[in-house]
Amino acid sequence: MLRLICTVWLGLWLSTSAVAAELNIEITRGVDNPIPIAVVPFSWEGAGSPGEDVAQVISNNLRQVGEFQPLSRANMLSMPDEESEVYYRDWRILAQQYLVVGKVSQIAGSQSVQVQWEFFDINRERKILGEVLTGEMSQLRDIAHEISDVIYQEITGKRGAFSTKILYVSAEGPIENTTYSLHVADYDGRRAQVLLQSPEPIMSPTWSPDGSQIAYVSFETDLPRIYIQNLATGQRRQVSNFPGINSSPVWSPDGSKLAMVLSKDGSPDIYVLDLITDEMIQLTDHPRAETEPSWTLDGQNVIFTSDRTGQPQVYQANVNGGGFPERLTFDCFYCAKGQFLPDGVNLVHVRRETRQDNSYSIAIMNLETGRVVTLTDTALDESPSVAPNGSMIMFGTTYNGQGVLDAVSIDGRVKFRLPSSQGDVREPAWSPYLN
Amino acid sequence: MGTQLTNVIKTTTFALALIGLAACSSTSETEPTAPVAQESSGESAAARAARMEQERLERERMEEERREQAALNTTVFYFDFDVAEFKASDRETLVYHARNLASNPSSSIRLEGHADERGTREYNLALGERRANSIRDFLIVNGASRNQIETVSYGEERPAVRGQTENAYRQNRRVEIQPAG
Repeated sequence: MLRLICTVWLGLWLSTSAVAAELNIEITRGVDNPIPIAVVPFSWEGAGSPGEDVAQVISNNLRQVGEFQPLSRANMLSMPDEESEVYYRDWRILAQQYLVVGKVSQIAGSQSVQVQWEFFDINRERKILGEVLTGEMSQLRDIAHEISDVIYQEITGKRGAFSTKILYVSAEGPIENTTYSLHVADYDGRRAQVLLQSPEPIMSPTWSPDGSQIAYVSFETDLPRIYIQNLATGQRRQVSNFPGINSSPVWSPDGSKLAMVLSKDGSPDIYVLDLITDEMIQLTDHPRAETEPSWTLDGQNVIFTSDRTGQPQVYQANVNGGGFPERLTFDCFYCAKGQFLPDGVNLVHVRRETRQDNSYSIAIMNLETGRVVTLTDTALDESPSVAPNGSMIMFGTTYNGQGVLDAVSIDGRVKFRLPSSQGDVREPAWSPYLN
Repeated sequence: MGTQLTNVIKTTTFALALIGLAACSSTSETEPTAPVAQESSGESAAARAARMEQERLERERMEEERREQAALNTTVFYFDFDVAEFKASDRETLVYHARNLASNPSSSIRLEGHADERGTREYNLALGERRANSIRDFLIVNGASRNQIETVSYGEERPAVRGQTENAYRQNRRVEIQPAG
């Protein structure tokens, strides 16, 4: 098998100072041609200001996913807000392929708004679609994400992931008095809320397939135990209470099972709990460390990390038992935290190439061709989490000594950093589709 | 002859006495100087030998107590990168801990294992546990009872020192002995 190691160097970095206050978007020059699209600032009709720049949210979404090149406002020749004001020539001159216009109007005497938006194909000089959306003023950001999803799907044929959310853990304060918190936020890090706070570590947050529950590891009893929490009600329950390590909870794609790591029988192994029958099966049984499970899309196999050959490598085992786990990674010194992209062919993982090379990066290996692409050029990367449409990968890394969350588009073109609060943030978990 | 020989004899005797003095004294700072041969105490040679033996044993006992205390006061053990076995230089200290547990059946400890921050978090949890287990197993082999020892791994979640230097990493790769409960 011819194995090509191709590192996508992220090349020239242009740092644009964030238009949306906290986002730091770094754009690279890549090999692909991003689609030029103009999103004209939406007009506003109502008292005061709308509180959200809907067009900017849409622009940021499209830029961050890597496939689009939104036009800078300074270059726009006109600012139409509806079809009758659109002159296709203005946009053809600027080599734009698509145009988005809209207007936000406050419904008199209320906190409700109506958003009318329209979407045009510049080359064919025709309107693709238009919509009228209504909601509360406070939902303008959600509406902007919804519009982004429609645009994305219309142009690429793929479902948009802009209305998804993330979980992540933060650690704040001095070493002898650290506060650990579990947060949920929009996928871009905005509108973060604290779900849990503790003087003891929190780890491994994860989503149920329907997005209604989360699971995580908490040391609040001075021991690592797995908890499941209902997002709407906040109710939580302890799911495992075995001696030793209880960690790495991951729901199966159909939501009926929870894979986890338990070391109760002497060393960490992968177990699967049937959430309906409460039956527990042991999937691996090896004296070395087996950890970091993830599921294949058909729910038939579990991917996991094992150091049975000395250093961590990624393996796959069938849930129905029988046979030996199949080793998936071979050319790296240390390969861990493997997960399949939605295409079921590409495996994202954390990779350290050689013993001499002390850096840990996010990489993708194509299981059919064996080709490996390194997505990041930072050296302390961990915890990759994939958007449900496979368009972006978020991960934890270190910047200026602090833990931060970065996201990279799947083609490696665009990287953005989430707004960072005090302290370290780590362990992002991307939600499933929520709309 | 006369004065010259007497001088040589005196010098030699004095030198021998000094050597005797040096031979009797140990490395301990609290060591009282060995008594020079007494000439007129009325103590018999046998009694003196017995007394000196007792003093030697006392010195050894105090030395042993000092070593034991120092060992029991050592509660953090460091590990090399990617290694789960404790250092050979910590062996003796750990034997003291084991013996202490063995002679105090009602006391218990908690071994907390840690890893430095490189690599993935959940694998580091396994690494921390392996380190804590290696110390636990040694303590049990040397006299401690299994139910006196609880082990827990914090992986990289509770560093002793923040930072991305080799120095910080080295201080984080550790097992700590904590009182239980």
